[in-house]
Amino acid sequence: MDELDVTVGVTGMNATDNPAPGVGVARSLRHAREFAGRVIGLGYDTLDPGFYAEGLLDGGAILPYPSAGREALRDRLHWVRAEMGVDVLIPTLDSELRAVLAIVGDLEQVGTRTFLPSLESLERASKAQLPRLAESGRIVIPPSEPVLTADAIPKLGSRFGYPLVVKGVYYGATVAHNEADAIAAYHRYAAQWGLPVVVQKFIPGEEYNVAALGDGRGNLAGAVAMRKTMVTDKGKGWCGVAIENERLTEITAQVVGHLSWRGPLEVEILKDAQSNDYYVIEINPRFPAWIYLSAGAGLNLPYLLLLLALGLPLPHPLPRYRPGTMFVRISLDQISDLATYEQLSTSGALRPSRKEGS
Amino acid sequence: MAIQAAHLRELALSDSGFVFDPSTGHTFTVNPSGLDILRWLKDGAEPEEIAQRLADQFELEPGEDPARDVQDFLMQLRECGFIK
Repeated sequence: MDELDVTVGVTGMNATDNPAPGVGVARSLRHAREFAGRVIGLGYDTLDPGFYAEGLLDGGAILPYPSAGREALRDRLHWVRAEMGVDVLIPTLDSELRAVLAIVGDLEQVGTRTFLPSLESLERASKAQLPRLAESGRIVIPPSEPVLTADAIPKLGSRFGYPLVVKGVYYGATVAHNEADAIAAYHRYAAQWGLPVVVQKFIPGEEYNVAALGDGRGNLAGAVAMRKTMVTDKGKGWCGVAIENERLTEITAQVVGHLSWRGPLEVEILKDAQSNDYYVIEINPRFPAWIYLSAGAGLNLPYLLLLLALGLPLPHPLPRYRPGTMFVRISLDQISDLATYEQLSTSGALRPSRKEGS
Repeated sequence: MAIQAAHLRELALSDSGFVFDPSTGHTFTVNPSGLDILRWLKDGAEPEEIAQRLADQFELEPGEDPARDVQDFLMQLRECGFIK
């Protein structure tokens, strides 16, 4: 099999207790036997742990925060392309996607490819727009309302009953057991992520997560389903197991088809404990932090994404993944000398080492 | 009594009695006789037949009723959603 010698920029190196997916994506690329290229880590902080992971990256760069504006991001990514030869960019954070989408044309002009959803698909999949998406009848969600003021909470509390779920527009969800908790959660998410805040009926049941890839023509290019077997106090999966459940794949394919989704996504699905009905509770426009499970279980979704971004055909048939494959996250103290920190602090970049023969 | 055991047939059974449900990710453990019952059910055996096999295979203490044990086990499987 031909080796793929390309340079891939991956954002989201902040692998903390609320980890971004970047380290998982980078590890997945490294895991692919066919991948003989380089991985450039992109982050927002000199202390993002991924920069210090031994053997993970060939180079790295600090990006400007989204608040610095799209021009600043474009200029920085052009610089990364010029200095490190990034052929494909894989953004992994919800909060940076719109900015990247706005400059996709500029990136392609200098030779940096992406494989991302359209802005329209992204908006339609957002938490705030999910109720409208469900109106199509093809995607079933729990009763939900995006709200712009805390004054709306009491009425929704009466309508949905307590507990109910309060969600930030980008991240976070709180199960509120009374009006005071719901209002406090509203203010917390409004301050942290902006408006709207989404209020959703609480449905007791079991949650499943599906990491997937859409080909942009309405087809599911691959999917791996998982159930979290241990979560942190922030609700983040700390352990999980790959599962095989036709219903989850069907629902994910419906979401991808309905949105003509292009690129990675994660669909969070709830199975009602009483009725056994399935509900889509969230669509995340990126791979999840646990994405390395897909590579470990035998269906390496980040590598498939890379093929799609390069316009290369996917393997046919796709490999089947192994249900029962588990991930168990671990906290490790990485040891580093000052050189990495020094480089990132003084120049904002980790220079890739030259490849043999280049 | 016919048992609808489509879901049960998907279960991955290990010789140790460790059971994995690939559609939900749940795991549980069963004792050797429970493991035998699961295997027989997967093969389509009926409860009466299973009770007879248990009686043949294990030495029963006075007062033990394999038919009742099988029904108890089936009830647990029903509660877990493996059979209807």
